[in-house]
Amino acid sequence: MKTRKALKTATKVDFATYLGVTAAFVIVSLLKSGGFLNRSLTGMLVPICCYIVMAVSLNLTVGILGELSLGHAGFMSVGAFSGVIAAMSLQGAVPFGWVRLVIAIVVGAAVAALAGFVVGVPVLRLRGDYLAIVTLAFGEIIKELINCLLVGHDENGLHMAFNISGTLTIDDLGMSPGGVAIIKGAQGATGTEKLASFGAGFLLVMLTLVIVLNLVRSRTGRAVMAIRDNRIAAESVGVNVTKYKMIAFITSAALAGAAGALYGLNYSSLAASKFDFNTSILVLVYVVLGGLGSIWGSIIAAAVLYILPEALRQFSDYRMLVYAIVLILVMLATNNPTLKNFLGRFRFGPRKSHKKEAA
Amino acid sequence: MEFLSYLISGISLGSIYAIIALGYTMVYGIAKMLNFAHGDVIMIGGYISLIAMTSLGVGGVTATLLAMVVCTVLGILIEGLAYKPLRGAPSLAVLITAIGVSYFLQNAALQIWGANPRVYPSVAPDTLKLFDGQLSIPYVSLLTVAACIVIMVALTLFTGKTKMGKAMRACSEDKGAAQLMGIDVNRTISMTFAIGSALAAIAGVLLCSYNSTLMPTTGSMPGIKAFTAAVFGGIGSIPGAFLGGLLLGIIEAMAKAYISMQLANSIVFAVLIIVLLVRPAGLLGKYVPEKV
Amino acid sequence: MMKKFFGILLTLAMVLSLAACGGGNDKPADSSTPPADSSTPPADSSTPPADSSQPSADAPSGSASGTFKLGGVGPLTGDAAIYGNAAMNGAKIAVEEINALGGVQFEFQAEDDVADGETSVNAYNTLMDWGMQVLVGPVTTGAAIAVSAEVYNDRVFALTPSASSTDVISGKDNMFQVCFTDPNQGVGSADYISQNMPGAKVGIIYRNDDAYSQGIRDTFVAEAGKVGLEIVSEGTFTKDTQSDFSVQLTAAQSAGADLIFLPTYYQPNAVILNQAKGMGYAPTFFGVDGMDGILAMPGFDTSLAEGVMLLTPFSADAADERTQSFVSKYNELHGETPNQFAADGYDAVYIIYEALQAAGCTGDMSAEEICEAIVAVMPTISVDGLTGQGMTWASTGEVSKAPMAVVIKDGVYVTP
Repeated sequence: MKTRKALKTATKVDFATYLGVTAAFVIVSLLKSGGFLNRSLTGMLVPICCYIVMAVSLNLTVGILGELSLGHAGFMSVGAFSGVIAAMSLQGAVPFGWVRLVIAIVVGAAVAALAGFVVGVPVLRLRGDYLAIVTLAFGEIIKELINCLLVGHDENGLHMAFNISGTLTIDDLGMSPGGVAIIKGAQGATGTEKLASFGAGFLLVMLTLVIVLNLVRSRTGRAVMAIRDNRIAAESVGVNVTKYKMIAFITSAALAGAAGALYGLNYSSLAASKFDFNTSILVLVYVVLGGLGSIWGSIIAAAVLYILPEALRQFSDYRMLVYAIVLILVMLATNNPTLKNFLGRFRFGPRKSHKKEAA
Repeated sequence: MEFLSYLISGISLGSIYAIIALGYTMVYGIAKMLNFAHGDVIMIGGYISLIAMTSLGVGGVTATLLAMVVCTVLGILIEGLAYKPLRGAPSLAVLITAIGVSYFLQNAALQIWGANPRVYPSVAPDTLKLFDGQLSIPYVSLLTVAACIVIMVALTLFTGKTKMGKAMRACSEDKGAAQLMGIDVNRTISMTFAIGSALAAIAGVLLCSYNSTLMPTTGSMPGIKAFTAAVFGGIGSIPGAFLGGLLLGIIEAMAKAYISMQLANSIVFAVLIIVLLVRPAGLLGKYVPEKV
Repeated sequence: MMKKFFGILLTLAMVLSLAACGGGNDKPADSSTPPADSSTPPADSSTPPADSSQPSADAPSGSASGTFKLGGVGPLTGDAAIYGNAAMNGAKIAVEEINALGGVQFEFQAEDDVADGETSVNAYNTLMDWGMQVLVGPVTTGAAIAVSAEVYNDRVFALTPSASSTDVISGKDNMFQVCFTDPNQGVGSADYISQNMPGAKVGIIYRNDDAYSQGIRDTFVAEAGKVGLEIVSEGTFTKDTQSDFSVQLTAAQSAGADLIFLPTYYQPNAVILNQAKGMGYAPTFFGVDGMDGILAMPGFDTSLAEGVMLLTPFSADAADERTQSFVSKYNELHGETPNQFAADGYDAVYIIYEALQAAGCTGDMSAEEICEAIVAVMPTISVDGLTGQGMTWASTGEVSKAPMAVVIKDGVYVTP
């Protein structure tokens, strides 16, 4: 009886999440078409969608699987650059922008999933802080590898070179004169065509929610959470720990890759140094402040915390200082037992109003 | 001869990592938290000693002592204001708070001292020349290595022999049991932060002397590297941090010199990953199998 | 479905903005306020507004009037804060000087972008909400490329003080540069070295995760191959490793390099000079415009830079009156000697001022109208600034000015 009731609540929360995101999209779209949104908010819509997907996917690793990852931006980077390569090299072959965007997102997700597999095999053998430092290490390695990557495209197809000595340039790819340089090593991708849109961002967020929520509520998800709660107990009842850990980790990486592809196609320049340790930490902050394991918490935290530093622009030079103080105070407040009990009394009241704010 | 000079620069860089890693590992061992703000305390130490040397005109030793005092106070303040209220909170919450403190220190330094990098007058400016000047060793390198060894020995003695040190070890083993034995856990943790921050100040002076510049973001990358070094050697272990830091510095210098400058950091991290796969608790860390 | 919806939206937006343009076009003629005529000609800004050569047919007059909103975007915090702050501070000084002349008035607002493309676009959008008409910035290359796509779509005129990659301006007719392009500097340096120091064995140390440094290095190497310059060693570093150069320097020393080319900013350069001295290695160091500022670093031992050569468009020690007054004003306000970025920012505002004058813009014109008007006159004007005499622009957005090779002697720049 009790479990059925719990399941029901979970389903309700899931539906509320879908509904909330859709409502937010409709409201924002209406506001946008009515001209009520200023430019700075409009410009933030696509990156917010990207970071929401990033936060939800990281929550899968940190909240659901229970392993601290400090290199999630690495997967975003892999997805972003492979997505940009896909979209730019198909520029001639596929005339429709949105088709290229979809292909780019799929390619980004696939390549990131592959990277997730390669990283996951060694990483998931470790535990705790050791696992965290290795994910950090992989994030940095991915950054440096992409810094060495030269990619161009001409009528003969893709040209790639790996610039270990640091002495190669885009001219060494041997492209025909009509070729386009897509990734110029450390200078990153420049001149990317902007394909991303808020609509696409919304669809990607919904897709991510469908995948993650279904995964969490499925047999696989329960196995993953069992591993998180007690690995040894889970193993002893016959849960294949490695398999389920890999499933969660690779899904998380693939979604981060999709977010990266969308992100990469929203800006005309993109450098690997963007996806460093600080970006991983930024997303981790969204996840922790939103609540570990809470999907809609991640969504709201990502949206609010993305807007916050922009909203603090009036403090000009002090804004990052204020942001740091807000971060510390929020952490202290949310972990204060007295305050927690106080808020716990009207659990639903204040949270709903939060949702509106995020929209 | 080239090899020797690469080795020397690797060792002196490694010694700096080792001093920072010692601070990291002390705090981790006792408070069980990754203090991401540690690198920024180093930066504050650098600025304090710089101001002492340029504005007050005191010598290198006095400046270092002053920086140690300021950083110790800062460390205790940070611990008391930001970390103490979170004792018992999930470790991720503490981690995020530490990141917040790190941002705060960096941006506060930016407001106070500006973004313009400062030139740092080395505490030991000259160079030792060997083999008719073919091999030159900056005195700072020698000083760093010496300081690193002294600090490691002192810390080992401190944790092994003194009452406070024993209390620290007890806390790192089992806080509950330590409290039952009459150890003031909160005071012990504050003390650990004080020692870690004082070490950060020394590291700051040496790091800035080695680099000869100082800016608000000076501490962040050495902080991450030192964290890596601490894990490499086995986090929580004092000789481990020393060994990890030294090896990391040497590997970095050799990778830069003989493999690829582009991928030097990647090679360092790749070695770390391989070591952790073979020894999941680091080189000198104790691997504690989980009990059911 | 979605596409259609957005299509309609877009059409609507376009119709609206066109309507706005139309309205704007009618107005200026009669609403140009009296001060337009009495606006004092730019007395000491040395160049006559080059309206003699002005082709634009229907611009009412050769002088601008009204109040313009200038926006600035650059890193005011973070690693690159020094560049953004310098450029914005320089720009503010120019704005104050121009406002003090009477006539055209500027309102200036600077936004922080942390040298990051994403934040830079956000900063730009914030400025657009504020009502910006002309953009000064972004200061750094990566951010400038990201924003350049936006200004191109929005038809806002942008003049970057210091983003030097050709990617910033390529394909965008309304994005212009104050600084040299990277290829310009790489080629100029290689030519200069091969002419004046033939037979030099060159070592290069550059930052390979920085578009500026990598860009100059690439063109330098290409040009060196053409003019027969021998490159014996190349060392790279990244943002994360810019504090220790012992390996790169040892490699250069053992390869026998007697000239080290440093296409990097002055902070790592200061470290390089310091560490080279520590090693007892004394080649000739040759820098580009990023080297400028090294003498002004607080606490820098200028004897380390003795004999360093650099190509720079700006020297804070130049004897001309404008530079002197700029340097003293900057020093008074910010307590430090301005670097090249500050001069670039200062020049950017004067260039916009001259262009507005030449195009006869008025403060009530929309950003798009101003953009079209300025883009038309940019190739025709010539501006004397702190970073060059008689600067002119190609319609691609590239500036043409003469680089100046200087050598540091006793802590000041002298021409060799």
